[in-house]
Amino acid sequence: MLVAHLDPLAASIFSLMAIVSLMLAFVMLGSRWLNNYLYAFAAETWVIAALSATVGFYGHYPELYLIAILTALFRGLLLPYLVWRIIARLNVTREIHEILQPSSALVAGALAVVFALAVAYRVGQSLDLAGTVAVLALTIMLSMKLIGFLMLAVRHEALSQILGLLVLENGIFLGAQILVPGMPMLIEIVILFDLLVAVACFGVLVRYLVAHVGSTSSLDLKRLVG
Amino acid sequence: MTETLLLIMMFAPLAAAAGCMLTRVARVAEILNLIASLVVFATAIPVTILSAGGPYHYFDDYIVLDLTGAWVILCTAIVYLLASIYSIGYMRLLGEDGKLWSFYALFAGFTLTILASAVMNNAGLYWIAIELTTLVSTFLVGFERAPESIEAAWKYIIIVSAGISLALLGTVLFYWCGSFVLGPTYDMTWDALRQAAPKMNPTLAALSFLLVLVGYGTKVGLAPMHSWLPDAHSESPAPISAMLSGALLNSAMLGIVRYLTVADAAQTGGLARTTLVAFGVVSLLVGALFIVRQYGIKRLMAYSSVEHMGVVALGFGFGGPLGIAGAFYHMLNHSLNKSLMFFGAGNVMRSFGSKEIRDIHGVWRQFPVQGALWLAGAAAITGAPPFGLFLSELIILRAGFERGYDWAVYTMVVLLIVIFIGFLNHFRAMYFDGEEEAAQPPLRVSRWCVAPMWLALAPLLVFGLWWPSELWNHFMAAAQTLTGAAP
Repeated sequence: MLVAHLDPLAASIFSLMAIVSLMLAFVMLGSRWLNNYLYAFAAETWVIAALSATVGFYGHYPELYLIAILTALFRGLLLPYLVWRIIARLNVTREIHEILQPSSALVAGALAVVFALAVAYRVGQSLDLAGTVAVLALTIMLSMKLIGFLMLAVRHEALSQILGLLVLENGIFLGAQILVPGMPMLIEIVILFDLLVAVACFGVLVRYLVAHVGSTSSLDLKRLVG
Repeated sequence: MTETLLLIMMFAPLAAAAGCMLTRVARVAEILNLIASLVVFATAIPVTILSAGGPYHYFDDYIVLDLTGAWVILCTAIVYLLASIYSIGYMRLLGEDGKLWSFYALFAGFTLTILASAVMNNAGLYWIAIELTTLVSTFLVGFERAPESIEAAWKYIIIVSAGISLALLGTVLFYWCGSFVLGPTYDMTWDALRQAAPKMNPTLAALSFLLVLVGYGTKVGLAPMHSWLPDAHSESPAPISAMLSGALLNSAMLGIVRYLTVADAAQTGGLARTTLVAFGVVSLLVGALFIVRQYGIKRLMAYSSVEHMGVVALGFGFGGPLGIAGAFYHMLNHSLNKSLMFFGAGNVMRSFGSKEIRDIHGVWRQFPVQGALWLAGAAAITGAPPFGLFLSELIILRAGFERGYDWAVYTMVVLLIVIFIGFLNHFRAMYFDGEEEAAQPPLRVSRWCVAPMWLALAPLLVFGLWWPSELWNHFMAAAQTLTGAAP
């Protein structure tokens, strides 16, 4: 079990990176401009890639270096590039349909983190891991999940929903690196590719949405009810 | 032997999809897909029978063939065959011959992903297979390209992907649970999880199970995560609605069942089962409410799927040999019956040119044979005897009493009665109301569209009157592997 006996320096680096990525999730939650949203997502992914490499170094899992490279390339470069191209083509630069003002969304996000902390603390206690980096990792994993759902719920631009989904997965990635670094690599690599496929599909769908529904806001999707 | 059969079964839809993409001719694609479905069906039956001797492990333990997975394969193969026959007649009515090849390529690919998910022995690979089913079927849901279909496809992919990501989180946490017992790196097979389960931390295992349940429950269409289901089922072409309802939902239920055995062994108390039972009851409730006040004909069928997945969830939630047997039986009966219902709905939709119940009149007079088949199916799906669903629901009710879930059983009975009345009331309106209106005669559908209705109804009637002892033995053996208890 890696997290149970880590040297203090490694634990601090892990914590720092995890917290930075949580902050970036808040940047996304608070931004009104799709471009900022996208840059924050890319930055978060790079932090997670760096985290993979660090965990690989301290935990002696050489395959994590490969995962770090793949994460940086696919999720950190290629994915944002594809989304950026869609943004450029669709001419949507900012979120027009907001249900919740970014400031209120930040407050809701903070509440989500408190809830995640409560859950993680309880689990940590039952595992005798209270006070270790495991609790922090679990907190951030759960809170990024909740923030991702919050983004899906309060944003209606199709592109921000795609990014919301990607944040959901980023949270899992981050937590998995710290909690279960030994998880078979096969799965992690396939997840990377799977995401790429997902974005390709989304790209096609967004184009359909514009062509046939006339807008990329999911608020206009209200023909099917009851 | 089983390995060869499984390989043939997986290869057939793959070859059909490749053939469709290479030839790009609608008529060739139809035939290729039909041949693939016949091959899948012909191999699924021996695979299901032979699975009793298993479980068999292949390819470094990545693939497993067990009784539970084989049952899902059988249900999928049956629906695939029926839907392939039906789509030859139905898809020609759409007048989109130019891109029909892509429909059949996706159709075969969709089936392949469902079949693959049933034999994945690794919890992570199972997740990937389920995610792939979503990606492929999104394009099938949006195939008609009407604004409604695009809307349904978008809701489908966003809601289901978000839900499935919860299942991924649960999977990672289960791996973490196991890593305290099995060490930091291990193969996350179902067996490994089950063996490690008694030593797992109950709190963490319960949290992981709840995440997995909500995640895969979204895909199964359990309320309140069902919101994608009526849209996707009602807007996709009718054969795809049948596949979604009769095959896809079962394959996601498989994951819940497999994790449920792990959660049981991890001493999470009654929490896991009670939550599953509660989801089942809520699904029945939502199904009943929306069935009573429904305007769309295919949405009616979709909410009926929510209801029946609730019944299956109740069966597995009650547990015990009876509950598991009832749930398995219900899966098969529901697959057959829901295919029949969607085929009938697709036919009248095309004939009357409307998706609304109020525009459909005098089905009985216009289509005596097809109308009788559809009405029999409607009686069957509401759980009336002498059809298979009556038997399976009765067994699940008995299991509920046996396992002490009396409250759930009473709620289930009341809701089933409400659904019976509400569902058949819509059929009364479509069959007997407005007979005097002399509208222009509706369009006729081809025999390809009626034959699969016969093929679905006949076994349904047989299963209602006679329960083969081989089936019972299969269920008991499956229940034994799932509960670890003697039959």
